[in-house]
Amino acid sequence: MTGAGSRLPAVARAIVNGDRRALARTISQVENGDGAADRVVRSLYARSGRAPVVGLTGPLGVGKSSIVNALVGRLRSLGLTVGIIGVDPSSPFTGGSVLGDRIRLERRADDGGVFFRSMASRGAAGGVAAATREVARLLDAAGFDVILVETVGSGQVDVAIRDIASTSIVVLVPHLGDEVQTLKAGLFEIADIFCVNKTDLPGADAAKRDLAEMVGLGGPVTGWAPRIVGTSTLTPSGIEELWDGVTAHEKFLDSSGERTAGERRRLSSEIVGLARDRIGRELTVRLERDPSLRRLLDNVVARRIDPRTAADRLVRGRRSSR
Amino acid sequence: MAKARAAKKTPIRVLIAKPGLDGHDRGAKVVARALRDAGMEVIYAGLRQTPEEIVRAAIEEDVDLIGLSILSGAHMALFPRVLALLKQEGGHDIPVFAGGIIPDEDARRLKKAGIRAIFGPGTSLEEIVSTARSLARASA
Repeated sequence: MTGAGSRLPAVARAIVNGDRRALARTISQVENGDGAADRVVRSLYARSGRAPVVGLTGPLGVGKSSIVNALVGRLRSLGLTVGIIGVDPSSPFTGGSVLGDRIRLERRADDGGVFFRSMASRGAAGGVAAATREVARLLDAAGFDVILVETVGSGQVDVAIRDIASTSIVVLVPHLGDEVQTLKAGLFEIADIFCVNKTDLPGADAAKRDLAEMVGLGGPVTGWAPRIVGTSTLTPSGIEELWDGVTAHEKFLDSSGERTAGERRRLSSEIVGLARDRIGRELTVRLERDPSLRRLLDNVVARRIDPRTAADRLVRGRRSSR
Repeated sequence: MAKARAAKKTPIRVLIAKPGLDGHDRGAKVVARALRDAGMEVIYAGLRQTPEEIVRAAIEEDVDLIGLSILSGAHMALFPRVLALLKQEGGHDIPVFAGGIIPDEDARRLKKAGIRAIFGPGTSLEEIVSTARSLARASA
């Protein structure tokens, strides 16, 4: 990476120049909503958008972490560097978590071409943490060639990875249910690639066949029909084919114009989300501090004003208490 | 870093690892679980970690604290190596605590070398959690 850019803040320059500690600390600040990272995040945006962001999602225990490990091996053998985010759930009761995705990672400790960061979901729904998108962008700006994002073990509705990844891999195993499961809405809709893992177990062929049948039922909307790849991290097999699927999808994104369309869609929802968060925070602060708004609340509690009318007044900035 | 976290009430991040050749990880798992239940984010690195891997993980994960569990008897070789590497990698401000079968005489020497707390068999989880918390809050 040349031309670190003299106008970048010092920390951003350190990140671009490969300072792992600076990168790690900035990731923590982003996770913690610490304003100290604000300038760094803003200044590095222009340097992101190069690396494919590959999401791996699927139910718990299907082998996502093991596949990440195998993919890292494959990518390193191709001479590509890899930034990885492994998300695990936070306890809804204590806020604590055990982040165990790292445990599958085998690599030489002196391999500077790999950076692994564990993230707790911290109450976010959808399978990733609120900060995952910005952390992926930081890894991209830091110069890693490929970004892998492993979600929490997902349920049928956990599709947030779609808003972050350019290619989404849905990892499944044999015997997760009959072919009707593959018709259901949600998780199965977001796959660019289906990975049937643990093909060393019986039932893998049936699982692949069910998926192929489902994929064949509908004409692809965008011109990309999800690929179906069988893998085993035990034997190991299928990992090269899996990565070939990713590169084929990334090529499709470029040739079809879908990359730009997808980026526009994702960024639009990000900007709206950021603005909504900010307006929401400002409203909360106003509601807490402004005495006239507190009277408005009093009136709603006393059933003199209904909540919808109160919200109208809040939005219009009318501080009427009546 | 840890100070900012303490002020903002963000979760303490702690790395739990077992250095060297040692297959007994029940103790490390019990401690990981207790720290999780105390609201901490525990990066569980698990068995057979080299000092290099442990330090690498601590830096990348930006942890506030490192806990090492050992039952193999190799603590006098492995712990000082972790401390030396941490210093070399700019992580000297990350406190390290340890647990396992460590004779008193060795424990004294390891504490002098920079291991901040050492827990033997029979230590209560409350004591481990409260020590971990105060070590994390006091660092940086």
